[in-house]
Amino acid sequence: MTEKTIHVDYIARVEGQGAINININKDGKIENLQFKIFEPPRFFESFLIGRKYDEVMELTSRICGICPVAHQITALRAIENVMGIDPCDQTKDLRKLMAISAHIQSNVLSMYFLSLPDLMGYESAIAMAKDHMDIVKRALELKKLGNDITQIIGGRSVHPVTMLVNGFSSLPSKNKLQAVKKRLVNLKKEAHETVDLFANIGIPDFVRKCEHVAISDSKYYAINEGRLKSSEGLDIDEMNYREHIYEKQKPYSTALHSYLKDQGSFMVGPLPRVNLNFDQLSSDAKNAAKRSGVKFPNYNPFVSHLARAIELVHDIDESIEIIDRLALKEEQRGITCKSGFGAAITEAPRGSLYHSYTLDNNGIVKKADIVPPTSHNAYNIEKDMHELIGTMPDATIEEIKFKCEMLIRAYDPCISCSVH
Amino acid sequence: MTKKPKIGVFKFTGCAGCQMEIFRMENEFLDLLKLFDISYWKMIKRDNDDEGLDIALVEGGISTPWEIEEIKCIRKKTKFLVAFGDCAISGCITSIRNWIPQMESEETVYPDPSKICSTKVMGIGEYIKVDAELKGCPPHRDTIIELLKSALLKIKPRLRQHPVCVECKFNENPCLITSKKIPCMGPVISAGCGALCPTLGRECEGCFGPMSNPNAAALADIFRDINLTDEDVKRKFRKYAGMSPEFRLEAGH
Repeated sequence: MTEKTIHVDYIARVEGQGAINININKDGKIENLQFKIFEPPRFFESFLIGRKYDEVMELTSRICGICPVAHQITALRAIENVMGIDPCDQTKDLRKLMAISAHIQSNVLSMYFLSLPDLMGYESAIAMAKDHMDIVKRALELKKLGNDITQIIGGRSVHPVTMLVNGFSSLPSKNKLQAVKKRLVNLKKEAHETVDLFANIGIPDFVRKCEHVAISDSKYYAINEGRLKSSEGLDIDEMNYREHIYEKQKPYSTALHSYLKDQGSFMVGPLPRVNLNFDQLSSDAKNAAKRSGVKFPNYNPFVSHLARAIELVHDIDESIEIIDRLALKEEQRGITCKSGFGAAITEAPRGSLYHSYTLDNNGIVKKADIVPPTSHNAYNIEKDMHELIGTMPDATIEEIKFKCEMLIRAYDPCISCSVH
Repeated sequence: MTKKPKIGVFKFTGCAGCQMEIFRMENEFLDLLKLFDISYWKMIKRDNDDEGLDIALVEGGISTPWEIEEIKCIRKKTKFLVAFGDCAISGCITSIRNWIPQMESEETVYPDPSKICSTKVMGIGEYIKVDAELKGCPPHRDTIIELLKSALLKIKPRLRQHPVCVECKFNENPCLITSKKIPCMGPVISAGCGALCPTLGRECEGCFGPMSNPNAAALADIFRDINLTDEDVKRKFRKYAGMSPEFRLEAGH
């Protein structure tokens, strides 16, 4: 065997700036493996100090242009937990519809535009459009559906503006929601086609059993609220997160790496969600999963694409349910500033997202602590990569590069988020 | 047929939201592909070519020595370079940290700051010549379309310079400052969002940055008259465009 140096200086088709460095010695042993995140830090946890509680949602939204809604909701819930506020059901429903719409948009982007070109042999969806215009059109239509719902409730799709502490600045129009409901019903077919597409497309046969983590609720498919659970028995309240999960700095990465105490690496994202919360999926989503022929729980990270597609079916079903039960009444938004600590965990499209804040009596931030999904996943991605390379001893450097990139894209990392 | 103009999309210190706003043109995206050759866009393409670009859309501010070199390099290869969004114009909300000693920020976030090499965050115009600025966090997609159309026609894009107040009047919104004493940034902020926030029941926070020649000092006085503290006023101006010459004084320079 010969020595191999794998180097990808700027990984394509992911959000943000990351690289891969791997050295394999002549005995085939991996000597150095880095998922090197070189995204410049923005120091949110520093400049949030001194800002007011009602700006936190707006500021942390800017951590990410793909999942601003997840940051907004997590920040709002953490602030509400400081102040002991429990918003009304209507606010919770509208927030869930917002979160789901953001999942639709982000998961469609990940499946069709970031990863599908790999699986179909194209360099991009732009190149893919020449031969498969129908697929690209379907993707654009599904993505638009998610974005339009975010815009109807939030005012715009990137950095929406209406969600506030304990309520909304303005409620969406009933007519617009009814119109979008028709589109949800019609596009259900496209969601099923998405499941079929990803169920039948070839993916690497690679399984690595690792701890899968997601928030979970006995009644609903958990997105905005739930206890943090894992496939290995973790079961904690969001307020106690820091007793169980900590971060380490790697010299080559501007994103910190997360560890479960006494356990090590873990995975968050659509696959852990489907694995842990399969029972709470809508019946159509469960049927779609069964039709795919893939068994869950599943520990092949490349099955994440299919998990996103199954979630898409569920997301459409749950959106319709929420729209049907929304009465849309004007509600009073009472707020009394309180000092103290509050934390929240939600499921961003890419997995569990943690925010916590300490506020003083005037509602000024004294301390902020934010851990995005890609920080949770970074160490696990490296461990997957390590094992994946072990399964391909005879591969060329180009083949290893491509497989490692594919693996990283299956996690759909949001690198700006992870560094923040 | 003439050759399609070559476009590159680049990301620096930012959130990718501006890129997402290009991609939000779901209705126009396929037309865009007919008219332009998208030759560099890391978030969307694996084969990228950044040589001889007609247009570069640059998202994000500059906050590392490496980024200074990189933006100069892109400038050399590009005919028409656009500062695409508030981060590229003046660092946007990330620039709030420019008032904090850099070492303090690094120690707040990293156990070992010696591995971090960040500087204060600046707009790209601090280092290179910029041909057009698209304001907004994120810019509105109508403005993006206006810019791309103008590029095709080789005319100057018509980008708005008047305040949000004008759009508020079009929407027949009552003024939040005069009618409810709510501290709205609208009078000094560039239009282009369609007065989004005041129309949806809340004050403008300023995410489109300063309008042309705003009277920031007068608005700061009005804010103090409606009982904002000096710290509150500073927070208002030290948010999306604290580094801009228009807001620097009120942001606390």
